Amino acid sequence: MVERLAYAFLFTIFLILVPLIGVGILNLQKVFSIFVPYLAFLIFLFGLVYRVLSWATSPQPFKIPLVAGQQRSLKWIKSSYIESPYTKTGVFLRMLLEIIFFRSLLREEKVETHPKKWLLFTSKKALWLGSIIFHYSLLVIALRHLKLFFEPVPSFVSLLHRADSLFEIFLPTVYITDILALLALLFLFFRRILVRQVMYVSYATDYFALLLIISVILSGALVRYFFRVDLFDVKRFTLGLVSFRPYVPEVVGSAFYVHLFLVSFLFAYFPFSKLIHAGGIFLSPTRNLENTSREKRYINPWNYPVKVRSYEEWEDEFREMMREAGIPVEKEEKES
Amino acid sequence: MKEEKSVPSDLSPKDENWMDKKVEFKKGTYCYGAPLKHQKYLDLPHPREWQPHNEDWNLPENWKEIILEGMKSLLEKYRSFKLFMDICVRCGACADKCHFFIGTGDPKNMPVLRAELLRSVYRRYFTLSGKIFGRLSGARDLTYDVLKEWFYYFYQCTECRRCSLYCPYGIDTCEITMMGRELLNLLGLNIQWVVEPASNSFRTGNHLGVPPPAFKETMGFAVDEIEELTGIKIDVPINRKGAEILFVAPSADYFASPHWYTLLGYLMLFHEIGLDYTWSTFASEGGNFGLFHSYELMKRLNAKIYEEAKRLKVKWILGGECGHMWRVIHQYMDTMNGPADFLEEPISPITGTKFENAKSTKMVHIAEFTADLIYHNKLVLDKKRNDKWIVTFHDSCNTARSVGLFEEPRYILKNVCNYFYEMPENTIREKTFCCGSGAGLGADENLEARLKGGFPRAYAVRYVKEKFGVNMVACMCAIDKASLPILLDYWLGGVEVCGIHELVGNALVMKGEKERTKNLRGEPLQREENEKGL
Repeated sequence: MVERLAYAFLFTIFLILVPLIGVGILNLQKVFSIFVPYLAFLIFLFGLVYRVLSWATSPQPFKIPLVAGQQRSLKWIKSSYIESPYTKTGVFLRMLLEIIFFRSLLREEKVETHPKKWLLFTSKKALWLGSIIFHYSLLVIALRHLKLFFEPVPSFVSLLHRADSLFEIFLPTVYITDILALLALLFLFFRRILVRQVMYVSYATDYFALLLIISVILSGALVRYFFRVDLFDVKRFTLGLVSFRPYVPEVVGSAFYVHLFLVSFLFAYFPFSKLIHAGGIFLSPTRNLENTSREKRYINPWNYPVKVRSYEEWEDEFREMMREAGIPVEKEEKES
Repeated sequence: MKEEKSVPSDLSPKDENWMDKKVEFKKGTYCYGAPLKHQKYLDLPHPREWQPHNEDWNLPENWKEIILEGMKSLLEKYRSFKLFMDICVRCGACADKCHFFIGTGDPKNMPVLRAELLRSVYRRYFTLSGKIFGRLSGARDLTYDVLKEWFYYFYQCTECRRCSLYCPYGIDTCEITMMGRELLNLLGLNIQWVVEPASNSFRTGNHLGVPPPAFKETMGFAVDEIEELTGIKIDVPINRKGAEILFVAPSADYFASPHWYTLLGYLMLFHEIGLDYTWSTFASEGGNFGLFHSYELMKRLNAKIYEEAKRLKVKWILGGECGHMWRVIHQYMDTMNGPADFLEEPISPITGTKFENAKSTKMVHIAEFTADLIYHNKLVLDKKRNDKWIVTFHDSCNTARSVGLFEEPRYILKNVCNYFYEMPENTIREKTFCCGSGAGLGADENLEARLKGGFPRAYAVRYVKEKFGVNMVACMCAIDKASLPILLDYWLGGVEVCGIHELVGNALVMKGEKERTKNLRGEPLQREENEKGL
């Protein structure tokens, strides 16, 4: 584990050093403020389209929902509309629960062995809570950043800023979601070290993904809370990016470049790593299909004929003994 | 007294890199290779005599190429496979949900790791990050050892789908194991207890290889037994053309115990309601061992059911108590071998109920059928005849998580016996634990693995045995009926196993029957004094 952790840390540090050296020593402001973000976004876009298409274009040959509730069968038996969906709306609601509330994670229960009682089951909601907090905080943080890309700022974004900044005692404002996201990420990170089962299945890339997002948030915090960059200049830069009239910011410091580079890397890394799970969940065949397999025929586009043993062939082998035993056979019936 | 059995002590894996650990074929934990004769009969690829514990598996020279080509082809054919290779984040929610992991403590039995066995190779050869970062991103080369590991762990998964319930992305280890086995089959790597039953089913129609006359003879024994118990001589129609319904059951029902008593139950029920039906000696197997082998073999075996229904000109099909048979019938049959447009939408001839949920496949589960009979008061039932039993119900993985048959069997049980208690909530219904012997693992040589795999189920039965005095586990699966008695004997003792329709047969009051003093097992109806307080 130490080795895997070390690689993850080293690579993260390397990523932080790249813009520090590139801008601080080599003066490659243009490359890091214009070329890198554009390239990262292109990789993200094409990568995402490529991955989703690669899933969507390979067929799902069978209807294999994972049924988690009573099927619809006899009218007087109450069927489970969402856990064993039999309508499109039911499937939609099931998916909605999965995507918005992480329904399946909510079932989480820990199993332990016990010499006398044999097994102990404990309901655990920590992973669910940590994931929910992390994902929603990240969403709010991303939406908050829209402020940089629109002029005038859309009203819901301003509202989000106000709602998210209850700690106005600090100057500048400390955002709640920054703190929540960091706490959740630290939980997920230490879980990967301390929970043996999770540690056992974690790769360097699993630790790295968490460290990368932690670094993104920390560098963002540095930019905002400590270096107090000129937001007007930053916004001129971001508006320049989206309007394809790139502008190289003049007075921002290296913390800004670190943040920008890590975010760019995150974007480019997304489609080619496990982070792509965000897109895959929508297509998951155990969740997005109806449990109506016997009611409506499902078509497998590559269903091909196979070699079977026909009744005739079978009867040829057993006809004699069937006749003797008085079991009806095809051929005899035709003869008589 | 039963000696204390050793309970797995530790579910906390050591700090090691799993890729460095080679698989060890310990006797008692793996299944034997398939006999040449049966591989040949089914025209399986690369047939030969081999055993998993042999150092040399006698692989074709280009085996790596075959596997990688096969993998590519499966990725193109199955979205499930491609998606499940890509989207796992290794959150660990599935880790302690597998009965084999709980029972053995072997970390490679954690569902996430079972999938990683394949994923690691997928990453190495099919993804950019795997090609660049290699082991750091969980990629590894395909080697002989990897192949052996695949064989060991894909034949230590019963495709029960429990882990998928807990996965936030719905990743289904059953799909992974099925793909793993598809790949292994390309090299002729298979087990006896899958290929031999499949070959028998292909040749004779049923996995025990029972020829038609023996089938008829067996039914004759059943008729005699029923006459002895009830005084009623019933008729068992075989290969009767023009019957309204074709009945297909797992062949164990007419050749194994305690399945046999379920068979008696079916026959008594059909006689009592005057059902116009027939058995078939051609489609004399509902179970489908092809499911545990490959898509193609599953389809080849399954084809018999529709072919026979067409030949016998029945209106629809009724299916007996079986687990994986119902996975195939519910989720695969119509897609593979349909459309069944030569059949009619199933309607119960006794109650007039339309089985709308089966209107395309045209095959009804017997629990649906019987529950409907009871609901419409078509059966006279004397619950007291099952008073000997304090019953619990084991949901079979497939009828639970792939069909959703939860209430039908419970409704029947509550109507045929007085004492019914549920096992703990996290071990039943969609959360049910496997018997440990599904997906073709019910062999003798891997008994140790089966007993360990069934440990969580044994725990749940022990719980209700101690709390409510449960002495009978009812279930609707032929593999359960074969494996649970051994499992429960080993871990607990004093608990028996039966099918739903055995209890129906006990309770069923038949017109003109003599006074019943014995249950279908030929035992006194009530518990004897010395058995009380078991």
